[in-house]
Amino acid sequence: MTCTETQVFIDAFIDGELDLARSLELERHLEICAACSALSESHKAVHNALGHPELRHAAPAGLQKRIHGALASAAGEEARRSQPAKPGWFRAPWFPAAVGALAGLAVLVLVLRLAPAADPVERELVDSHIRSLMPNHLIDVVSTDQHTVKPWFAGRLDFSPPVKDLAPDGFPLIGGRLDYVDRHSAAVIVYKRNQHVINVFVWPVTSGDSAARVRADQGYNLIEMIHAGMEYWIVSDLNATELRQFADTLTK
Amino acid sequence: MAASAKLASFEQAVMPHFDAAYNLARWLTRSAADADDVVQEAYLRAFTFHESFRGGDARAWLLSIVRNTCYTWLRKNRPYELMAELDESLPIAVETTTPETLHLRRADVESVREALEKLPAEFREVLVLREMEGLSYKEIADASGLAIGTVMSRLSRARGRLHDCLSTPAVKEHGLKEKG
Repeated sequence: MTCTETQVFIDAFIDGELDLARSLELERHLEICAACSALSESHKAVHNALGHPELRHAAPAGLQKRIHGALASAAGEEARRSQPAKPGWFRAPWFPAAVGALAGLAVLVLVLRLAPAADPVERELVDSHIRSLMPNHLIDVVSTDQHTVKPWFAGRLDFSPPVKDLAPDGFPLIGGRLDYVDRHSAAVIVYKRNQHVINVFVWPVTSGDSAARVRADQGYNLIEMIHAGMEYWIVSDLNATELRQFADTLTK
Repeated sequence: MAASAKLASFEQAVMPHFDAAYNLARWLTRSAADADDVVQEAYLRAFTFHESFRGGDARAWLLSIVRNTCYTWLRKNRPYELMAELDESLPIAVETTTPETLHLRRADVESVREALEKLPAEFREVLVLREMEGLSYKEIADASGLAIGTVMSRLSRARGRLHDCLSTPAVKEHGLKEKG
């Protein structure tokens, strides 16, 4: 395991969220790498320090009773009212957050148009790709059927990512998940080529089509392109030639 | 009576998580009086939306309402505390320290509490949910609406940051004294 991978996985390792095979690899790396070992020790120290029971705040006596009283009067009020309530989402605690997020997204789209894709995004995507190989994280919806994967996204995103069945071309669809890239939501459609996982990150952009550009980062290949109003980032450890072929097939 | 039956089933589902709800609100608002109000507000909201809760993890569901209520409250009352210098895109820094780690082991509860209170709310949130409430990454993701990967990287940055804060107490104290 490399230092980069170790840094990505170290907290999952400390928290017991890493699978056995990768845990063993990570332990082996810690034995030979002083820097990663120091990182591990420091995060473990924080983990241990925060586990101190005195840090947990106990609720004041009487608060539970006071809340019970408030709930009982709310329940009584509700029973008296026969009319249906206002739309729940409008009063929902997340409503201002949702409005804020949408405004933020609009600003981001503008910013993204002005600034060329910078290295941090690339780095973020590779990290996300590495993390996606963790157990239970790769896929939120497991299906080889595009008609299952596409509707799954519909309720979770404000755009409709393209989901294709590329099995005849040797790139079977295996599922999809949501991720958060460059501070906005992205659809990730997961394909496979033999044993290589291909993560396709997609989000909408307003700029015109741009040709595929291949980059390499830490042994992974990345392809960036814009096609039909969508920004694509394709990340995999598959070789560049076959990944390029995948990109062509995807936008055919 | 339908209303009291509804209330009873609601309380049965969420009251076991009262301590977790309070602890999260207390750490996010950093004020005992405000935490009381926010928890009450969150419970009232949870009760309103109880019918939309389709079973599953009641704790994650309740905590998601508590954290949303906290953020709404913070946005209204202390907007400057949110997203302060929180840059998710920065690569994780590698600490190369051993003496400071030793210092942290000896750090007393009070200095840990102070350092945690100084972190941005988003970092405090993941640390409280993971370290004090023992939620798994999946549960934190459910409660916070973040992707599991974001939970993992945010937790990692939060731990790194807290470690840094605890490693340089002399500098911090000095700075504070000068101000006061």
